[in-house]
Amino acid sequence: MMAVLAEWLSVPLLAVGIFLVVSGGVGLLRFPDIFCRMHAAGVTETLASGLILLGLMLLAGWGIAAFKLLLILLFLLITSPTASHALAKAALHGGMKVDPDKKETF
Amino acid sequence: MRDLFAVVMLAGIYGLLSASFFVAVDAVDVAFTEAAVGAGVFPLLMLTALALVGRHEQTAGRRPLLSFLLVSVTGAMLVLGTLDMPAFGSADAPAHQHVAVRYIETSPAEIGIPNMVTSVLADYRAYDTLGEVVVIFTAAMGVLGLLSAASSNTGTVQATMHEHRVLRVVSKMLIPLILLFALYVQFHGEHGPGGGFQAGVIFAAGIILYAMLFGLSNTRKIIRPELLQVLAACGVLLYGSVGVVSLLSGGNFLDYSHLLADPLAGRHVGIIVIELGVGITVAAAMILIFYAFANMTVTDEDSPPC
Repeated sequence: MMAVLAEWLSVPLLAVGIFLVVSGGVGLLRFPDIFCRMHAAGVTETLASGLILLGLMLLAGWGIAAFKLLLILLFLLITSPTASHALAKAALHGGMKVDPDKKETF
Repeated sequence: MRDLFAVVMLAGIYGLLSASFFVAVDAVDVAFTEAAVGAGVFPLLMLTALALVGRHEQTAGRRPLLSFLLVSVTGAMLVLGTLDMPAFGSADAPAHQHVAVRYIETSPAEIGIPNMVTSVLADYRAYDTLGEVVVIFTAAMGVLGLLSAASSNTGTVQATMHEHRVLRVVSKMLIPLILLFALYVQFHGEHGPGGGFQAGVIFAAGIILYAMLFGLSNTRKIIRPELLQVLAACGVLLYGSVGVVSLLSGGNFLDYSHLLADPLAGRHVGIIVIELGVGITVAAAMILIFYAFANMTVTDEDSPPC
């Protein structure tokens, strides 16, 4: 019973995670500015990967695989925002300015 | 594409894609090494090289048509060569006959470790792996010989804590885990994907991360270049001396079954010791190469070479 419930619960998690990854990719291509694109990619790397990993943990059941996935999730939650931060810092250091009126797309 | 920075980033993406491709064909050890080197250390070293030579390609003497022709001819010859290869995974391909069958069938009994890739790499073909380690060592010595002649040893500037505060806090949390993971990969090479090469690269990546955030001079105080030079040589020496000890015990060069009284235990010990030698040399060589490149470009000690 628990296994069936876990499977049913993991489907919406995985579906929303996949949708967020795709929307993050679309945003990366279509947003006009580098900072807007980082915003879109930031959603992908924390929320989307978190949901996908939670869905996979539910599918894996109790066991060593779920624990390893939990560790991966924690690692991603710590390092992905740091990577976005480093990217934004590098963009500022390189001279990119925040320009809300820029119209150019990719 | 004139912007070499973008070229290096594309090379890193290519490394990551080939790592996932290797996972898709079930070659996990190779994927591990490719991800660590091709998507980690290699773009980093290329970027430090770019800091030396400049970001944009020199346009004098550029012959795009000739290079395109050369690349397409070579690519066409390579594709022509693959047309004759047997189908992927077919049972009568030459790669699955001859020696491979003998290794797969006798490795559990003779060596008894779960990871057959390590048993082939570190035991059956230990001589080739010795050659690989010597190549890495020679590369590090070559880089040192070329770059240290023109090194500029600037005075030490205290690294300020105001720069990169978030990065420093996170890396202080993560660098011990990275080094621990490198040690885990080193000593679990027999039971899962891993081994000396991957562990050395991951260890070096942790130290390079520290150097980039906390300043090169701080890192040079913690891990001295002289110590690294000695360590790089010691790794190769350790590997070779295992072979010599087996010679002196009555077997062939690098025949581990003569190391201890029990041949199976002797093989385990031999594999662990040579993997340790490989890991030490790879880590020391990578860090030395990074030091050599970064030392040339440092003008302001507390900002990363970029």
